[in-house]
Amino acid sequence: MSILKLEGLSKSFGGLRALRDVTVEIPEREFFGIIGPNGAGKTTLFSVIAGQLGPTSGRVVFDGQDITGWSADKVAGAGLVRTFQLMRPFESMTVLDNVSIASHRRFRSTAKSRDHAAEVIERVGLSQYLNKMSGTLPTAGLKRLELARALALEPKILLLDEVLAGLVPTERAPIIDLLRDIHRDGVTVMFVEHIMAAVMALSERLLVMHEGAELTLGVPEDVVQDPRVVEAYLGEDF
Amino acid sequence: MNRGVRVTQTSTETKEAPAAPPRLLDNRQLRIAAGLVVVVGAAVALMYLFGGQPSGLLTQSLITGVLLGGVYALVSLGLTLIFGVLGIVNFAQGAMLTMSMYIVFFLATEWGLNLYLAAALTVPVMFGFGWLVQSTVLNRVMGDSTHERPLLVTLGLSLLIINVLLMVFGGRPVSVASPVEGSINVIGALVDVPRLIAFGGALAVAVALTLILRKTTLGLAIRAVAANDVGASLVGVNVKRIYAMTFGVGATCVAVAGGLMVSFTSLVPSAGEQFTTLAFVIVVLGGLGSIPGALVGGLFIGLVQTVGSLYLPGSGSLLLVFGIFLLVLFLRPQGLFGAKS
Ligand SMILES: Nc1ncnc2c1ncn2[C@@H]1O[C@H](COP(=O)(O)OP(=O)(O)OP(=O)(O)O)[C@@H](O)[C@H]1O
Ligand SMILES: [Mg+2]
Repeated sequence: MSILKLEGLSKSFGGLRALRDVTVEIPEREFFGIIGPNGAGKTTLFSVIAGQLGPTSGRVVFDGQDITGWSADKVAGAGLVRTFQLMRPFESMTVLDNVSIASHRRFRSTAKSRDHAAEVIERVGLSQYLNKMSGTLPTAGLKRLELARALALEPKILLLDEVLAGLVPTERAPIIDLLRDIHRDGVTVMFVEHIMAAVMALSERLLVMHEGAELTLGVPEDVVQDPRVVEAYLGEDF
Repeated sequence: MNRGVRVTQTSTETKEAPAAPPRLLDNRQLRIAAGLVVVVGAAVALMYLFGGQPSGLLTQSLITGVLLGGVYALVSLGLTLIFGVLGIVNFAQGAMLTMSMYIVFFLATEWGLNLYLAAALTVPVMFGFGWLVQSTVLNRVMGDSTHERPLLVTLGLSLLIINVLLMVFGGRPVSVASPVEGSINVIGALVDVPRLIAFGGALAVAVALTLILRKTTLGLAIRAVAANDVGASLVGVNVKRIYAMTFGVGATCVAVAGGLMVSFTSLVPSAGEQFTTLAFVIVVLGGLGSIPGALVGGLFIGLVQTVGSLYLPGSGSLLLVFGIFLLVLFLRPQGLFGAKS
């Protein structure tokens, strides 16, 4: 059964058509990669799915329910959770508080949500930062915090926008392992990334976007051979 | 066109910092508070020595100033909270204060309730009022990038409240007598008991508000929305609901202030107006959005106003308030407790 269905999603900013008629169906537990040049509309697609932006036309069906036009917090509460390309922790709050807010959506009791938050923080490997201000975390730590806040909502599907950007290669490997873990635990993942090695290693299917529309969709090995993809995004030397 | 190559910043791994739970005031704020205490203390000492005023009179003004400042702080607390979370300057803060006082007046005279019981009943009424204003009107005009529309709404609300009060209660000054009479001696100054109660109440609300913000999940959500509303909605916080709660809490602050000060206020529909200006001065002085800033700023301005009136009678003391306001802003544009941006 598909967990997410995008039906003819379009989004215009004034005259700019950032999304053009995107139609995709994502089965449960899939690791779904998305690539495309800067400005292709990947982030806009996530925003429209997760309720930060209303689509100009089209529908978003999540878990059998039409969630088009739902507010962002309601979508997140229902189990469709995204992360941001630019990380936005609550800087003047501790790591624990940052994650507790998310847990609270699941556990109404303050004590329970804090316990749950601490477990999630342990899981992403941030335990030693538990009571530190999130503003003091290094970039890799912020990425983990972003993941922790998303996981604390116990998502059914995670939309990850460039979680590996800004990390040096040695920092990427443990995050990639973590993503594998999360996926293995049954979470469906949509994954926007420019780091091709990670995209190839993780994606089960790969969507290439170009100028707001689908350029091609298929298994990664086929997609990267596609001359149009090479032309539009990868370049000859890939 | 981008070919999949991005310029990315590399991160610096593990900055070590000792793990310490957050405190009410960080070190920088403690230093500022200590500095202010030293400056004010020195000014007071100088006044006792060379001020040319009888020391009894000076003591009386100092105590009166602190007590008045407590009420200022309470009104400013609501204003700074609303600004910090919603990014709106609530021009109706003073009018809402007047409204609270008239509700207390109504309950005390028409229903014959005890003043403090009437004040307690006014609190949920004003919370509901603030909540309603935010959820029915302000939430609709916020969100798009314009800042003028919410401002116009609070300005309009202020005019609306004042004129409705004028229609219902008329412009003639009214007053409510406090059930507790008399005055007591506080370190050499004679203080009306109702003013003492008002100060105590203001302090209690400030402490309660700080605890709510620090310890409860609601407080956590309010702080998260203040820090970053988009991020808060992302982790499942209903931002509009938090906005409404915050405006309600801001209204609660003036409800308590109004209930506590009505017995020593000559009540007319425009009585609260001067408080909008003063609270604005206090909030900017203390640092926009800062709770300790509003508290310290309120006490400070209360002191400046009463002690200043010893030397500059009439509206001269207000002149002094604005003079000091400009001086502090010149030295610290972000306000006493504001973060540098
Ligand atoms: N809020 C907005 N208002 C106007 N235009 C926007 C807005 N958000 C995005 N755009 C435009 O929409 C297009 C798609 O942007 P988007 O951020 O979705 O691209 P992207 O594929 O995520 O790019 P990148 O790889 O750089 O992150 C761009 O041309 C962008 O300038
Ligand atoms: Mg993007």
